[in-house]
Amino acid sequence: MAGILIVAEVQKGELKKAGYEITSKAKTLGGEISVALVGSGVAGLAGNLAKYGADKIFVVDAPEYANYTTEAYVQAVAAVVAKVSPSIILIAASAQGKDFTPALAARLGVGCLSDVVDLSLEGGKIVAKRPIYAGKAYTMVECLADPQVISVRPNSFMAAEAAGAGAIENVAVTLDAAKIKAVVKSVEVAETKEPDQTEAEIIVSGGRGMKGPEEFGILRELAKALGPTATIGASRAAVDAGWIGHGYQVGQTGKTVSPNLYIACGISGAIQHLAGMGTSKVIVAINKDAEAPIFSKADFGVVDDLFKVVPALTNEVKKIKGA
Amino acid sequence: MNSVVCIKQVPDTETLIKIDGSGTGIATDGVKWVMNPYDEFAVEEALKQKEKAGAGTITIISLGPDRAIETIRTALAMGADNGIHIQDADFAAKADPYATASALAAAIKGVADVKAIWCGKQAIDDDAAQVPAILGEMLGLPVITMVVKFEAAGDKAIVTREIEGGQAVIEVPLPAIFSAQKGLNEPRYASLPGIMKAKKKPVDVKTAADLGVGAAAKTAIKNMTLPPARQAGKKIEGDDADVKAAALAKALSEEAKVI
Ligand SMILES: Cc1cc2nc3c(=O)[nH]c(=O)nc-3n(C[C@H](O)[C@H](O)[C@H](O)COP(=O)(O)OP(=O)(O)OC[C@H]3O[C@@H](n4cnc5c(N)ncnc54)[C@H](O)[C@@H]3O)c2cc1C
Repeated sequence: MAGILIVAEVQKGELKKAGYEITSKAKTLGGEISVALVGSGVAGLAGNLAKYGADKIFVVDAPEYANYTTEAYVQAVAAVVAKVSPSIILIAASAQGKDFTPALAARLGVGCLSDVVDLSLEGGKIVAKRPIYAGKAYTMVECLADPQVISVRPNSFMAAEAAGAGAIENVAVTLDAAKIKAVVKSVEVAETKEPDQTEAEIIVSGGRGMKGPEEFGILRELAKALGPTATIGASRAAVDAGWIGHGYQVGQTGKTVSPNLYIACGISGAIQHLAGMGTSKVIVAINKDAEAPIFSKADFGVVDDLFKVVPALTNEVKKIKGA
Repeated sequence: MNSVVCIKQVPDTETLIKIDGSGTGIATDGVKWVMNPYDEFAVEEALKQKEKAGAGTITIISLGPDRAIETIRTALAMGADNGIHIQDADFAAKADPYATASALAAAIKGVADVKAIWCGKQAIDDDAAQVPAILGEMLGLPVITMVVKFEAAGDKAIVTREIEGGQAVIEVPLPAIFSAQKGLNEPRYASLPGIMKAKKKPVDVKTAADLGVGAAAKTAIKNMTLPPARQAGKKIEGDDADVKAAALAKALSEEAKVI
């Protein structure tokens, strides 16, 4: 096998955890592991990848990549692919990864498997498991030619340190400017430390039972007490009521999440909501209606008023965490 | 300006999925079919832009079996002008996102003077979110995904796209390909007169051979399974909310070990 190339993503000056997760997984598949690191001012991050098993790190560092555009990233990664000739390319299925992975595959003239949750190697070929119908079913799929281009859902694998050779090579890419037609005019990103819902390890989610926008504060308090890997989410009813932005919506027409812990507060558990969070490892439901369908999916259910349970739970979590 | 909207007919979101006898597809008996929810935003945006410009033709293109015509008619009833229905048994059996995009791209090439090509962010059946990007490669056009705001300005567009934790404003020359994200607009319902009119609007039926493409998939499904059923878990009992909260915290920390 000709080796695996991983594309690591940088956000707010840091390597995203999902990059470590796929590097760790790649390590278990065997072969040489290369990583492409594309961005502006990112060269200093290359060393971290060696700790998780990268043998070679190809750094494409230039001001042109300060703002992400699909075309520039595809050209940069394609340049690294040409150097490495990998048989497998793994990219985190983050918002950015989902945007450029299929474009990269099409540029290379090959197929692409998106948002996979498990990978195994059978005779040099990847067989990937991916959820369809928002997780109501799974397919086992394969690419018919190399390189096999695959985006991997964050939180699907554990990041584990394992030293790789860590040779760093700077790659100068001459971008084909004629193809770069989209121009980023401005970027607005909330200055929050919260992880994105798709990458969070814990999500405290609120539904119509939250009654209004201010009340999401009690969910934020609980998430804060649970630590930096926790964030908040919402059902569509809460989003459609205008209590919280669409970026928080979990479900079939929102984000698909698979945290270690999902706490559903005042959410009834409609099929479209379950579709987005059904793969959470542990599900907690807090709902005053003992008949709510969410209880049939929850590992732990509390039948009570969320406005009493959530603040009390926040206090208990603080006690456990010794804060 | 003319636009094209690529739409897909998918099972309604309430559908309980069952695997069919082949083991690589779903059983379609009793399934209620609807327009992919994200494609509704795409159709609506094309209609809004046409209304603003006061000119242009909106062509709906869908690849799918016989029944997909209903979804094309729905878009025509919303106000689109004409349709192309790509119907091909070979594609039905083995189209992956690449093969689908190749058929759509061939059909789009036959539409004159297209300025905007709209798709939904993803189809909620295969959840692949690949077709817009592949169309971009095949047609040599820029692709902007996850669009939540769109403004045409002469021969370019200023669009806002959703990015992780925020938004980015992008300027792109037309023609270009856009994928619609929730928040872009509120799709209209088809009116009764709209439904009546839609019946008379032209829909071209084309096979893969008509378009000069083959169902050359680049990925293959080996099998399909259902996730293991989740069992209802433990009810946390207690006299009041405080007691239950304490018991829950304990269970999460000691039993489930997630906090
Ligand atoms: C095409 C389509 C796509 C959709 N996509 C999504 C999606 O992506 N995500 C999504 O979530 N939904 C989606 N939906 C909507 C979905 O069908 C439900 O309407 C929605 O999930 C309901 O949200 P909810 O559970 O917050 O509200 P409700 O169903 O109204 O439930 C509110 C719950 O709060 C409880 N409650 C009220 N007050 C309290 C209190 N004080 N303490 C404790 N509990 C309380 C109630 O008992 C009730 O169970 C979609 C629907 C369609 C048709």
